[in-house]
Amino acid sequence: MAVTVHIKEHPALFDRFDVLWTPTVLILDANGIERARNEGYLPNLEFRAQLEMGLARIAFMHKQWAEAERRYTEVAERYPHTSAGPEAIYWKGVSRYKATNDHSALGEAANELKEKYEGSVWTLKASIWLH
Amino acid sequence: MAVKWNKDVDAALAEAKAHNKPLLIDFSAAPA
Repeated sequence: MAVTVHIKEHPALFDRFDVLWTPTVLILDANGIERARNEGYLPNLEFRAQLEMGLARIAFMHKQWAEAERRYTEVAERYPHTSAGPEAIYWKGVSRYKATNDHSALGEAANELKEKYEGSVWTLKASIWLH
Repeated sequence: MAVKWNKDVDAALAEAKAHNKPLLIDFSAAPA
């Protein structure tokens, strides 16, 4: 489901959702809780990747670890050359760790990031898992 | 898959809750 809100038609909704810039796209879960926010234009592929990251985030925040891992894996495989690629690998590892309590899931993610995305902030964030 | 765009945020929030579905809200200032 999707809603479009134009600033000239519904300026109060911009205040209600703390939107200060356009375009802004919010992804809310079924309870109306904001789970992802994208501010500014993105090309089609990046935008699609971010939307799918938002759906993965909903699963993650609902502690649906297997579903979150599946969605993050899909993003990592479908959009490896977008900014979502390394982030998806990071959260894929976290989702698996949350599901299994197995630290090796984090190490595997860190190694994958080091191999594929040297220089990414997500690789830096995961680097602690290699020690 | 085609996206069905709504213009009523509160109706969409209610529908999302009723169907246990996520909701995307696009805030725009683009000329119509």
